[in-house]
Amino acid sequence: MKKLLIALLSAPLLAFASGAELHLDKAPDRSHDQAALQNGAKVFVNYCLNCHSASYYRYNRLTDLGLTEQQIKDNLMFASEKVGETMTIAMRRADAKKWFGAAPPDLTVIARARASEFGSGADWLYTYLRGFYRDDARPTGWNNTVFSNVGMPHILWELQGEQTLDHEHKLTLAKPGLMPPQEFDAMVGDLVGFLTYMGEPLANFRKQLGIIVLIFLAVLFVFSYALKREYWKDIH
Amino acid sequence: MAAANVEKYKSDGTVVGGLLEWVDARFPLMSLWNDHLAKYYAPKNFNFWYFFGSLALMVLVIQIVTGIFLVMHYKPDASLNASGVPVAFASVEYIMRDVHWGWLIRYFHSTGASAFFIVVYLHMFRGMLYGSYRKPRELVWIFGVIIYLCLMGEAFVGYLLPWGQMSYWGAQVILNLFSAIPLIGNELAIWIRGDYVIGDATLNRMFSFHVIAIPLILVGLVAAHIMALHEVGSNNPDGVEIKKHKGPDGIPLDGIPFHPYYTVKDIVGVVVFLMFFSVIVFFMPEGGGYFLEFNNFFPADPLVTPPHIAPVWYFTPFYSILRANTVNFFWIDAKLWGVIFMGLGVMVFFFLPWLDRSPAKSIRYRGPLYKGALAIFVVAFFILGYLGMLAPTPGRTLVSQICTIIYFAFFLLMPIYTSLDKCKAVPERVTG
Repeated sequence: MKKLLIALLSAPLLAFASGAELHLDKAPDRSHDQAALQNGAKVFVNYCLNCHSASYYRYNRLTDLGLTEQQIKDNLMFASEKVGETMTIAMRRADAKKWFGAAPPDLTVIARARASEFGSGADWLYTYLRGFYRDDARPTGWNNTVFSNVGMPHILWELQGEQTLDHEHKLTLAKPGLMPPQEFDAMVGDLVGFLTYMGEPLANFRKQLGIIVLIFLAVLFVFSYALKREYWKDIH
Repeated sequence: MAAANVEKYKSDGTVVGGLLEWVDARFPLMSLWNDHLAKYYAPKNFNFWYFFGSLALMVLVIQIVTGIFLVMHYKPDASLNASGVPVAFASVEYIMRDVHWGWLIRYFHSTGASAFFIVVYLHMFRGMLYGSYRKPRELVWIFGVIIYLCLMGEAFVGYLLPWGQMSYWGAQVILNLFSAIPLIGNELAIWIRGDYVIGDATLNRMFSFHVIAIPLILVGLVAAHIMALHEVGSNNPDGVEIKKHKGPDGIPLDGIPFHPYYTVKDIVGVVVFLMFFSVIVFFMPEGGGYFLEFNNFFPADPLVTPPHIAPVWYFTPFYSILRANTVNFFWIDAKLWGVIFMGLGVMVFFFLPWLDRSPAKSIRYRGPLYKGALAIFVVAFFILGYLGMLAPTPGRTLVSQICTIIYFAFFLLMPIYTSLDKCKAVPERVTG
C-alpha cells in the first residue's frame, strides 16, 4: 500500500522528465500605454498590413486608442475606403501561397494563438520579431530562432540590421540597421502591444467590469448569507 | 404524487390568488410545487458537497440561455471568406467584437462548459463519498451517468463549432476512433462525418446535435434525475434513511422542507460559485489555456496537423486511458482496445450500485480499505487527466498504463474490498 502510494506520487515527476524547451523574451506590457499602442498601430499598418490581414478588426475601432476617425483616415488607412471596414488586404491568397510557400495568416488574434506553456503570445511575438537571422540556405535568405524555416522574410531588417546565429545559438548584430537595438526593441514592443490589444480590444474593459461584478457579488453574498442564517436559526 | 387527494389551492380573494386557484383547478401547480419544493423533505445535515446539484442545474440554464444568443450570430459554415478564414471561425470573432456584449455571452458559454464538468465531477464524487448511488437510488445514479455521457457528447460536438485547429484535429482524432471498429468501422466513420474528411457536412451536423438533439435529451434526463430523486428522497452525509423515522405528522424527523431552507442555502452557493466563475470570465477567460486552448485561435487547417493534439481538460483522463493501450493482443488492434477501455472507463460507473457491497453507505462509517481505494482512485484519475494533456513519451505511457489499471481495479475489486472492509456502526439518525 505504502509502496504503491510512493510510486503514485513519484509518477508525475517521471512524466515531467521530457519535453523541448522554448526560451522566450518577456514582452513589455503596453496595455495601458496609449501612445505606444498608437505607434504599434502605425508600425502594423505600414509593415504588416500589406501581406497580413486583420480581418476581424475594424479601422474605426482604433478610436479605442484615443484617435479620431479623421486621424485614422488620414494616417492609417491605405488599403480601405471606409472607416468602418475591417483590415483586409488586396493580395490574393493563391498568389501569396505561390510567393511565400504559405499564405500569410490573418493577424487579428495571433497574440492569443501564440500563447503556450512557455510564455504569453506577446512573448512569442516579441521574441520572434527580434529573432530573424541571416541564413543563406533559405530561399528568402532569412531564418528565425523561434519559428525555424519561416516563410516570411525579415520585414524590419532595414530598421534592425542583420543578425547572425553562432554555434552556441546566440544572435549577434553583424550589420547595424537604422535603429539602435534598444530603439528597435521598443518599437517591436509597441507593435506586439498593439497585436495583443487587437487580439481582444475589450480586454481592459473586461477587467474593469470584472471588478465591479465581484464587488456586487460580494455585497450579494453578505445579504444572501444573512438570509440563510435567518431562516436556519431554528434548525438544529 | 397522487393528485386526487392533494388539496387544491383556495383563493384568498386577491387577483393573484384568484388566478392561482383558476390555474390549480386545471393544472397540478400546487402539487408540483409541494412535491418538489415546499413539501419535499430533505435531510437537514447537507454539507458543502451538496451544493453541486443545484449548481449543475444553474450552469445548464446559463449554457442554454447564452447558447440561444450565440446561435443568433454564429454561422456553421466551413467555407473560407475573402480573407481566407473559415466563416464559422470568423463568426465567433464577429460575436467577440461586433455583437453587443457578445464577448461576455461567449465567455460565459465557454467558461460554462468547463464549469459544468467541474461541478458535475464534484457532484459525482459526492455520490461516491456518501454512497448516494446505493439502493434505493440506483436509478437516480443511472440517470446521472447518462447525463454525464450526454454532457461529454454535448461538449465534444460543441468544441468543433469554433472551427479552430484544436476543434478540427480533436474531432479528427475522436471521430477516427470509429474506424477502429472491425468490418464496418470505415464506413461508419464516413457516415458519421458525412464526408471522407471532417468538413462542412460534419460541422453542420455537429451544430444540429449541439443546439437541438443533445440539449433536448439532456433537459429530459435532468427532469428524470430530479423526479427519481424526489421519489426516493435525498441521501445525506451520514448515509442513513431519514424516512425511517417520521413524526406523527408523517414528516421525517431529520427532514426540512427544501423550500425555503435549501433554496436560501443554495442561493449562497450560487453567489460563491458566480464569484469563482466571474474571476475566470473577467480575468482569465482562456483559463490558462485549459478552458480555451491557445491553438484554437488558429482557424482549422486540414493541411496543417498540430504537433500535439490534446483534448480539453475534462476529457483527458479518458484520453489517457485510450492512449495507454499500446499492445495488440487477441487479434485485436491496440487502437480498438483503447476505444474499448475508454468506453468501459465511462460505462463502469453504471455498475457502481451493484459493485459496492459495503454495509455502510457513507465514507464516515466505512473502513480503511474503501477510504484508501477511493483516495488512490482520485490520485490516479488526476494523473490520467494530467498526462492526457501532454504529448506521450515512453515514461508517461507507462505511468498512464499503471493508472489505467488502478482506475479499473478500483471498480472491479470493489465487491471484494468493500465486503472485507471493517465498517463502523452506522447511527440511526443523522448526526448533524
